[in-house]
Amino acid sequence: MKYRQAYFDEPLLFEKGRSETQPVADGLLPRSLERKSLDIPNLPENDIVRHYTRLSEMSFGVDTGFYPLGSCTMKYNPKFAEELSSLPEAARIHPCQDEGTVQGALRLMFELQQMLMVIAGMDAVTLQPAAGAAGEFTGLLLAKAYHEDRGEHRTQVIVPDTAHGTNFASAAMAGYEVIEIPSKQGLVDLEALKTAVNSKTLAFMLTNPNTLGIFEPDILEIAEIVHGAGGLLYYDGANLNAIMGKTSPGRMNFDIVHFNLHKTFTTPHGGGGPGAGPVGVKEPLESYLPVPVIRQDGNEFKFDYDKPKTIGKVHSWYGNFGMFVRAYAYILRMGGDGLTKVSERAVLNANYLRSRLQKVLELPYQELRKHEFVLSCAKLKERGLRAADVAKRLMDFGFHPPTIYFPHLVDEAMMIEPTETESKETLDSFADAIDTILTESPEVLKSAPHNTAVSRVDEVMAARNPILSWRMWQEQKKAGGEKPQ
Amino acid sequence: MLDALGIASVDELFKDIPESVRINGLTLPAGISEAEVVAKVRKVLGANKTPEKLPSFLGAGIYDHFIPAAVRAIQSRSEFYTSYTPYQPEISQGVLQSLFEYQSLVCELTGMDAANTSMYDWSTALGEAALMAHRIHGGKEFVASRAIGRERLQVLRSYTSGIGLAIKLVEFDANTGQVDLDILKSQIGPETCGVYFENPNFFGVFEEKVDEIRSIAPSVLVVGANPLSLAITRPPGDYGADIVIGEGQGLGNPPSFGGPLLGIFAVKKEHIRKMPGRIIGMSKDAEGKRAFCMTLQTREQHIRRQNATSNICTNEALVSIASAAYMAILGGSGLRKLAADNLTAARELARSINHLRRFKAPMFKAAHFNEFTVRSKIPYSRVHRELLRRGLHGGLSLEDRFPELGHVALFSTTDVHGEAERERLIKALGAIE
Repeated sequence: MKYRQAYFDEPLLFEKGRSETQPVADGLLPRSLERKSLDIPNLPENDIVRHYTRLSEMSFGVDTGFYPLGSCTMKYNPKFAEELSSLPEAARIHPCQDEGTVQGALRLMFELQQMLMVIAGMDAVTLQPAAGAAGEFTGLLLAKAYHEDRGEHRTQVIVPDTAHGTNFASAAMAGYEVIEIPSKQGLVDLEALKTAVNSKTLAFMLTNPNTLGIFEPDILEIAEIVHGAGGLLYYDGANLNAIMGKTSPGRMNFDIVHFNLHKTFTTPHGGGGPGAGPVGVKEPLESYLPVPVIRQDGNEFKFDYDKPKTIGKVHSWYGNFGMFVRAYAYILRMGGDGLTKVSERAVLNANYLRSRLQKVLELPYQELRKHEFVLSCAKLKERGLRAADVAKRLMDFGFHPPTIYFPHLVDEAMMIEPTETESKETLDSFADAIDTILTESPEVLKSAPHNTAVSRVDEVMAARNPILSWRMWQEQKKAGGEKPQ
Repeated sequence: MLDALGIASVDELFKDIPESVRINGLTLPAGISEAEVVAKVRKVLGANKTPEKLPSFLGAGIYDHFIPAAVRAIQSRSEFYTSYTPYQPEISQGVLQSLFEYQSLVCELTGMDAANTSMYDWSTALGEAALMAHRIHGGKEFVASRAIGRERLQVLRSYTSGIGLAIKLVEFDANTGQVDLDILKSQIGPETCGVYFENPNFFGVFEEKVDEIRSIAPSVLVVGANPLSLAITRPPGDYGADIVIGEGQGLGNPPSFGGPLLGIFAVKKEHIRKMPGRIIGMSKDAEGKRAFCMTLQTREQHIRRQNATSNICTNEALVSIASAAYMAILGGSGLRKLAADNLTAARELARSINHLRRFKAPMFKAAHFNEFTVRSKIPYSRVHRELLRRGLHGGLSLEDRFPELGHVALFSTTDVHGEAERERLIKALGAIE
């Protein structure tokens, strides 16, 4: 496919107009508090709408084209979910409203929790964490509360080398030492795990299928090893799209799981957020969940703050309610049968694309993958090329590049997750593009992308000389330092 | 596709899942049509009472302002809302520039040098600010004003529990509602890594002795603010704040039952490498054109893992873009007018309520922003019920949060209220026996 992204030499808002500051009326504020001016320009609405329309045309979403970003589950975001979440009955209610006036919101949250419990095979769910990483952090606080309630002070969290970076960071933020264990043939090395677990083990964090897209077949033994040491098993829900209706974290003996509503349940990613990262637990951890929990009392729903063992709160209110509305609508639309088909189709798409691409790029480890797979571009190094060069060139064909350089154990990794909402034609055209790219001259790839709004961006310069705001830029210009333009 | 894979059915793709962990589908109802979904969700949500049916005077950090239609139109550009984090800058310049502009607008409001693209909300921004204060200073104590929301305090405790930071609270002056400077001094010691207060605080009260607080605070000063108030009040950067946080929801985003929200996070230049979250920087492309990209990523979890400044990955980027669009549409003078109008309306509303026999408002002698405390002679729960009966939603009861204050609630008014709503409230309160 030919692709040419729009480019506008679009000025910053600050460059488009002037601010004009009126003084604040006398007596409105004590003199010592008054602000004299505010440097935000006043522009006609028409100009602002054009500004953002142009900027949107220099962006790329799932609605623009194929977006096979591994571990991010960039599936189509259905429009009805957007519309429902913007209804005044969803958008304009206040979190402090009397419970009697927000029964719809409480019911929706309660029912969404029930749905997530069924999907994950868990006994209770909190919707409060605002994103996947917040879910991980919450899950670890729950594990901590559980152990401490039993008089145990544990200090380590075990993470496999294939894990998402957030697993390591969440464990550190919760105050734990991170013990990283190496994989064996792309799977958890049971011997390494056995050596790592002991009475200090708070939890083992794992996603299954793992980030290579490989299902960990020894999951019950893994659970036994971790539980045998008194630790808990944590499920990173980033890869849940692979297994719905086929297995569940609960069935695999996980104790804690987080969901990414913005992945599996297709709430849009919004250029980086908002997402939602609900957490499910088995019964022994239920009493530690964040407050409030929702109770059903006949036909009425209530917030319950009376939980003496709670970990407290991880978000100001109840989590990203706008995302709950979308996910709830999506799950209703798909139903149990539909969600099972979602996983079947996601896995079929991934394996089909894998079968095409393994002919031209190296596929480390076993063939059968779940919803995603990881290729290695290491052989391209002979031609002076790297995974990033292929990724950048893919943009010229109208595709968002896959995730690259992750997971770290694959050299020159390219991590591809097509999702279930893509057609065979799209998958073929993507594979065709890779075929073509691999026959192109290194110069073409090295200088790619050519058809995007801008060519390769100097990220080193951005980090060496940080210009993070209009204000910092103005100062640098005054000081006569290095300046982008 | 099955043929290409040489398999007869999709089941073969799941043969690697052992029988012992298999489930046979999900015990959820079967899928329904789009029309049925829309009808069902509308019915469920229909049980909620919006301010159109039930005018509300709730605030407490979440504000229902009028949102120009253009904000929603801009936010609904699907190139924005269906995109991922802009890891590939060449194809994401629009999202990147929008977020850079958001950072720039936040810096203008707060008087700071740099801002990240968002935290989840004000509370998690506070948690992250305390962790950052610890990274900067090393001390094991964080001192915070007690005149902050209970939710923020709870999240602050969750976020700092991992590194074992002790939270020391500073009482407010019973007369003014402002930080008691003597108590503040007594709480500060060599282990104090940071001091936090809000301006305006949870009671809507402006702190006036900000320079004194800055001189008392020995280490990192963190200030929380309603960003709209900063349009007309002295920015915290002006009085030496190291970190400024706040809730950005009110800048063009609906309350949404408390989420998605927008955690504002801005810092002084010297601290940028210790910041949490995603940051957009200005650079050039290979041809020398101005271009933007994510920067200082070596602070972040996907590179630094357990040594990252935070675990945050997904944030609230789309809310940031909407907020930037809102600020642009109102412009500097529009924001200042809105802030001044809200302040004036709240002041007049408090004055009118104060004239009623059973109420005193505000209970603190100080300048307020867009909300204020109302003390009643009868339990507030009764006032609340009476207002509901009259088709109005009163403020947030503070009886369980600050029991020492007595029968007190926090009322807020914004531009979604006309004179008619405020008159109705005054009349309804006046009619309560």
